Amino acid sequence: MTHKQPHPDPDMTTFEPKIVAYVCNWCTYLGADLAGTNRLEYPPNVRIIRLPCTGRIDFNLIVKAFETGADAVLVSGCHPGDCHYTSGNYHARRRWTLFRELLDTLGIEMDRIHFTWISAAEGRKWQQVITEITEKTRQMGPYLAYKRICRVS
Amino acid sequence: MARIGVFICWCGENISRHVDVEKLAEQCAHLPGVRCCLTYKYMCSEPGQNLIREKIREERLNGMVVASCSPHMHLKTFRKAAEAEGLNPYLVEMANIREHCSWVHHDVKAATAKAADLIRMAVAKVRRNHALSPIRVPLTKRALVIGGGVAGIQAALDIADAGHEVVLVEREPSIGGKMAGLSETFPTLDCSQCILTPRMVEVGQHPNIRLYTYSDVEAVEGYVGNFSVTIRKRARYVDISKCTGCGACWNACPNKKTPSEFDFGMGKRSAIYVPFPQAVPARPVIDANACTMLTKGKCGLCAKKCAAGAINFKDQDELITEKVGAIVVATGYKLWDIGKEQENAKLAGYGEYGYGTYKDVINSLQFERLVSASGPTGGELRRPSDGAVPKTVVFISCVGSRDNAKGMSYCSKICCMYNAKHTMLYKHKVHDGQAHVFYMDIRAGGKNYDEFVRRAIEQDGAQYHRGRVSKITEENGKLIVRGVDTLAGEPVTIEADLVVLATAMRPADGVETLAQKLNVGYDEYGFLSESHPKLRPVETNAAGVFVCGACQGPKDIPESVAQASAAAGKVQVMFSREEITREPEIASIDERMCAACFTCVRACPYNAIERAEIRDRAGRLIKRTARVNPGLCMGCGTCVAVCPSKSAELEGFTEQQVYAMVESLG
Amino acid sequence: MNIGYYPGCALHGSSNDYEQSVRACLGALGVNLCELDDWICCGATAAHSLNHKLAVALPARSLAIAERDGYDDLLAPCPMCSAQLIKARTALARDRALREEIAATVELPLEGRTEVLNLIQIFQRIGLERLKSRATRSLNEFKPACYYGCLLVRPPQALRFDDCEHPTSMETLLSELGAAPVEWNFKTECCGAGLTMCNERTVLDLSHKIISNAAAHGANCIVVACPMCHVNLDMKQADIERHYGIRHAMKVYYLSDLVGMALGLHENELGVNRHFVSTP
Repeated sequence: MTHKQPHPDPDMTTFEPKIVAYVCNWCTYLGADLAGTNRLEYPPNVRIIRLPCTGRIDFNLIVKAFETGADAVLVSGCHPGDCHYTSGNYHARRRWTLFRELLDTLGIEMDRIHFTWISAAEGRKWQQVITEITEKTRQMGPYLAYKRICRVS
Repeated sequence: MARIGVFICWCGENISRHVDVEKLAEQCAHLPGVRCCLTYKYMCSEPGQNLIREKIREERLNGMVVASCSPHMHLKTFRKAAEAEGLNPYLVEMANIREHCSWVHHDVKAATAKAADLIRMAVAKVRRNHALSPIRVPLTKRALVIGGGVAGIQAALDIADAGHEVVLVEREPSIGGKMAGLSETFPTLDCSQCILTPRMVEVGQHPNIRLYTYSDVEAVEGYVGNFSVTIRKRARYVDISKCTGCGACWNACPNKKTPSEFDFGMGKRSAIYVPFPQAVPARPVIDANACTMLTKGKCGLCAKKCAAGAINFKDQDELITEKVGAIVVATGYKLWDIGKEQENAKLAGYGEYGYGTYKDVINSLQFERLVSASGPTGGELRRPSDGAVPKTVVFISCVGSRDNAKGMSYCSKICCMYNAKHTMLYKHKVHDGQAHVFYMDIRAGGKNYDEFVRRAIEQDGAQYHRGRVSKITEENGKLIVRGVDTLAGEPVTIEADLVVLATAMRPADGVETLAQKLNVGYDEYGFLSESHPKLRPVETNAAGVFVCGACQGPKDIPESVAQASAAAGKVQVMFSREEITREPEIASIDERMCAACFTCVRACPYNAIERAEIRDRAGRLIKRTARVNPGLCMGCGTCVAVCPSKSAELEGFTEQQVYAMVESLG
Repeated sequence: MNIGYYPGCALHGSSNDYEQSVRACLGALGVNLCELDDWICCGATAAHSLNHKLAVALPARSLAIAERDGYDDLLAPCPMCSAQLIKARTALARDRALREEIAATVELPLEGRTEVLNLIQIFQRIGLERLKSRATRSLNEFKPACYYGCLLVRPPQALRFDDCEHPTSMETLLSELGAAPVEWNFKTECCGAGLTMCNERTVLDLSHKIISNAAAHGANCIVVACPMCHVNLDMKQADIERHYGIRHAMKVYYLSDLVGMALGLHENELGVNRHFVSTP
């Protein structure tokens, strides 16, 4: 039950999306570092939470992020086969496949959750991903619906 | 009660240009638990660190946050500073307001607001940090070196000379690598084999080196200081302990038609062969695909001729386990096999150069063999198609290097130099011949390097054309090379007898698989990633695994050797201690809560979680539980995420800490 | 199967033998070409050397018409036309502001639904297997030199169906139908193109080299998929022979001629009898 309509708020220009990114320490965090080293500018809306590995990410954290007012969540780790810990990212992917069904059933807007692989060499990809997510979230508007869902459940 | 210090770094102007540091400090001073908040121009400098230490002392801090660069840069620095002042280093956190903020956001207001958030998150986390102490584990003082090219040889000899045992694994039947096949080397034109083979012999005879040739690394288990490596010794069909290397077998072998790998297909070899006369070990192998005894059960001439009875047609692969404490990867490079190797050769290759179609279009390593005294032509330059001496030779640089459209974006670094060398070697062999080079730029940075290129042009008359070649076609036995000279501003057409392509340098085949076994990162081209491009050039992100030579990136012989010695040096530093201390940020299981479902045991990539039983004094089973082996745990935290009863926890990234960080954003 | 058809000026003018060939060949495959209503000039070489927006707007209008009339695919057998249409389509897909501006200029909505195909691509779309199953005759007497010219495989970033320096798609297609294409050197060299009007000597020289090289590599005909190439290699061949005092007698076929013959069509149905170099 995702709703893709642009947010009706006429004052859209003032809306600054809040994005929480759960990233692994070895690939995506370093990818974001590289974006910095190369001075690749992107919107300032993302807040990174560094974890050792995507395998560590308890997906309740996604719900928690929305609860604290995030408008979008990004989970990003090493590319398949490149995990610093061999297989943590595979575990993350496997659990995510199940968890997303659950979130979808709960009525979470799945368009607000992003899952991607960014390596330590992909500073430019980090820049692109953040820019795109910020832009997309900006168009979707603030995630007011989440609070309504909370009230019902 | 929390007494937290927040230290905000200006990083010169790197942070302060886009983040209002003073305003930030004012805001952060009021965060819950924060005792003091200071800014300084360079927090990582000695006065900066002293300032931190002073505050730890004065304010009796029990936690601190440094807001500066990436924790990958300086977390260790600040943890050390804290430790020196008696504050447990694991009570230090960083907020990355440089790489993740000031360098990428240029609006001061927005950047300052983000920096404030990042600090708030770090403060929320550090309030829940625990004091931890490092874990000590034993250390095996033996090293594994993977790859027996010049880098591997150098690393193995250095470590062995320092008195430690070395296991050297080489995939080919002999050590020596690419360098053993080179003719002469730049910029001195000394004979490659003359300088390398004595080192190879040294390896073969060194009492501290155990050499496995014709072998692969099958599996790597364990962790820094305590690796257990499985080596597959491929069936050689020759018992090395009996063989004397007399050569009767390969002389007797009737099948001498197999293209020689060592000559890159420019010459032929027998089915039982040593790749080259100075091989170490100077013992043959049988190519199971070429030998008619092994494929059809007929022949066996070599066995009849072998006086030592060393031939064993029933030989099998053998798996050997070696315990080592450190691993040096030196797997080297290969040249890009354009037009043959890439998945979609039509779209991505250089079909227009006719490599693989025209016999006289060869790559640079093939040319090395054609001009090498030990090569298939005995050092006389004769082209592959008809054996004629080529009177015009065209060398093309950057075939696949520096080419975003259909190759690699990087510079292969050594081609400019060896192209110049090739033109000289050619001129020295064919006095009336003319060498042409098509190049994009001449990159000859290095001691005596530019002088060398000038010599090729000025003394040996190589014609350099700055421009690329669009097409090579064959007409009447000549190769028509059409390109452009952008300095002269005109198209150039050369009728050549031989064309040599300096194709891009790529990591050796299979390096990705090896990297995955070792947990070492690699870039999009397969080159292994060092820990830090400047300050940790031979370390990797996998503790105890080091890299050297061209597996890390294109480099020439002196650089490979230097890096190999550096890697060996790092191994010796490791081996200078009796035990290894490891980061304590690892997992633990709350045994009271554990429901013994053992989901974590199955998920753990390191087999670091065991099934344990808790018994009372009378030996009665009270409960079963999962238990983490702190020597094996690498701290990935997968067990935390999969644990249904929430009894797994990861120090440094506890549930409390992570949730506190998210909540601090609310 | 109905697909949109953009003839461009050449196929309605000097090269209507090409149109005859394409219509007959595709007709035999059950492809019905629906000529685009009110199509206009693609801009050719003139527009993009004068004004970038014009170079996008001209093809964009035809694309918008194709889209309006519901064509998912638009065939432009002339590579100049297909290149201009594809370039415009790519530019519009990449740049939203430009798309909005051009849509306002051409006064039609532009969403980029219609895909542009050249002659090789339409055969690829139909599929080699299907072509082979429909073929009634082997092309085994043909040893063609497949000539792509400058535009058919360019610009590579937008087209991406074959290598722009070393294309092989025509060879693949024709050898499946029994022909034995030769390896030769001038696949993508320039034939002189429009210089045929103002600098004939250059065209004679370039086209002479192409024909000579094809002959030297054992070709008994040249295959093209471009009206301009055909003009220079076929119509000008008599002038070339006169100028160089050499007899080439090299037949020049459109790709659709050979495919059509494989499908059992007679040469005359494909307009081969209207070519200048006649069958010996």
